[in-house]
Amino acid sequence: MSPIISRGFRGRRDDAPSDRVPPGQYVTRDFPVLSAGPTPHRPLEQWDFSIVGEVDEPRRWTWEEFRELPSEEVTVDIHCVTKWSKLDTVWQGVSVDTLLDGVESAAEYVVQFCDGGYTANLPVDDVTGGKAWVVFAYDGEPLEPEHGGPARMLVPHLYFWKSAKWVRGLRLSATDEPGFWEVNGYHNYGDPWQQQRYWGD
Amino acid sequence: MDALMLDGNAVAGLLQEVFAVEMTTAIETCNRCGGTDRVGALHVFRGAGIVMRCPHCDNALVTIVEDGTRVWIGFAGVRTLQVTV
Amino acid sequence: MTWRVAEVVNVVPQTPRVKTIAFDVFGWPGHRAGQHVDVRLTAEDGYEAQRGYSIASVPDGTRVELTVERLEDGEVSPYLTDGLQPGDRIELRGPVGGYFVWEPAQGGPLLLVAGGSGVVPLMAMIRARAAAGSDVDTRLLFSSRSWEDVIYREELERLGGDGLTVVHTLTRSQPPGWAGYDRRVDAEMLAEVGPSPAELPGVYVCGPTPFVEAAAEALVQLGHEPHRVKTERFGPTGG
Repeated sequence: MSPIISRGFRGRRDDAPSDRVPPGQYVTRDFPVLSAGPTPHRPLEQWDFSIVGEVDEPRRWTWEEFRELPSEEVTVDIHCVTKWSKLDTVWQGVSVDTLLDGVESAAEYVVQFCDGGYTANLPVDDVTGGKAWVVFAYDGEPLEPEHGGPARMLVPHLYFWKSAKWVRGLRLSATDEPGFWEVNGYHNYGDPWQQQRYWGD
Repeated sequence: MDALMLDGNAVAGLLQEVFAVEMTTAIETCNRCGGTDRVGALHVFRGAGIVMRCPHCDNALVTIVEDGTRVWIGFAGVRTLQVTV
Repeated sequence: MTWRVAEVVNVVPQTPRVKTIAFDVFGWPGHRAGQHVDVRLTAEDGYEAQRGYSIASVPDGTRVELTVERLEDGEVSPYLTDGLQPGDRIELRGPVGGYFVWEPAQGGPLLLVAGGSGVVPLMAMIRARAAAGSDVDTRLLFSSRSWEDVIYREELERLGGDGLTVVHTLTRSQPPGWAGYDRRVDAEMLAEVGPSPAELPGVYVCGPTPFVEAAAEALVQLGHEPHRVKTERFGPTGG
């Protein structure tokens, strides 16, 4: 049954140039808070970020050490699989290239792991070459807990569930290990420009 | 406590559409802590999809993803589900 | 459970932020107090939004009433309260729910704890109780911002008595001479309003999530058995 149109209903969305908006997406100026679970509240003195798995040796940074790494401001568009897109979002973070600098690994895949247990999987190629950051500030302010603070992943070329909130590290692996949403119906790769939202897309 | 968290009542319509019976009175057993609760009392989070968590231990009991035609329901955290038919 | 077409019969203001919208729903099977509907709105270009709203009215043929609070930055509620006119159509799925439901045959005593628009499903229970001629001991503890924001104020006054007690707490402002509660619901207030845990009341708590969390925790602290405290959380995402 095709849906009934409700006279005058528009919903809350903005107009935007179509070449910046992937198919099936709507632009918002809000920043919707979506979360698979309760917001973790990890004190900074207990926070660390690790590179583990199939690497020559694991790397680990405390918050102070992490904040001493070179970081950069990036402005990107982000696209959530629930159909909202937000343009020109401004973040401050450490490039994953910086974190993997000097790490020897033959691994082709990486899993993001987080406080609260969330995971997301990616090919290593999709987090290197200037495509991904561990960000700690949004719009000039420290990243709020509800948006993933103290630090989250930013991988803007894929749907935003591939940018894990409350990230605590990356595990490099020879095999692909589908993460939280990938085992539960969402697409294993998630390219918004090809509308790879669900299994079989 | 997250102000955006809801409870199983929020997904009652979707569950009934899938299972064809009222589901908020179904009783689940958490496979991590053994807690038993009505589905209506579970904690519901909206991320990329819906996650229903145990109100005692936060274990992810059920995940729901839908594309308008297909619904994927994962029961990874549920040991058993008791439904009255 | 399919989507049904609902046509607006009328829209009636209740408080500055709240209106009751009456719909005619073809084929409506009836419903129980506490149940809700999922509302679906579709724009001309196919954009879609869904929210859940509790049914306010007692069963009455194809008539279904929803009482909706207009949220300031809401996407759906302002359309329902300010955009709908008689004859307009939306889609409903329901009635839904079996956990947060009360029927007169269940008896009491009953403790109903409402935060703002959380009163809607509890009012459905109170109306069902009145329609059944029940005199079951029922106590409504109702938290609102101010006297002007009390939804169903006059009707609650009329229905009071015959075993129904209505206690208000006004958390932001109170009218001159107000002698009632003026703070957020807490354990002391719940103990005073009663009934006591020993009387094994059915307890229903409804409102925004922070309200429900605080009230439910206080009730359990007072000794009410957790499985007897039924909760329904309302949220900004409209669930």
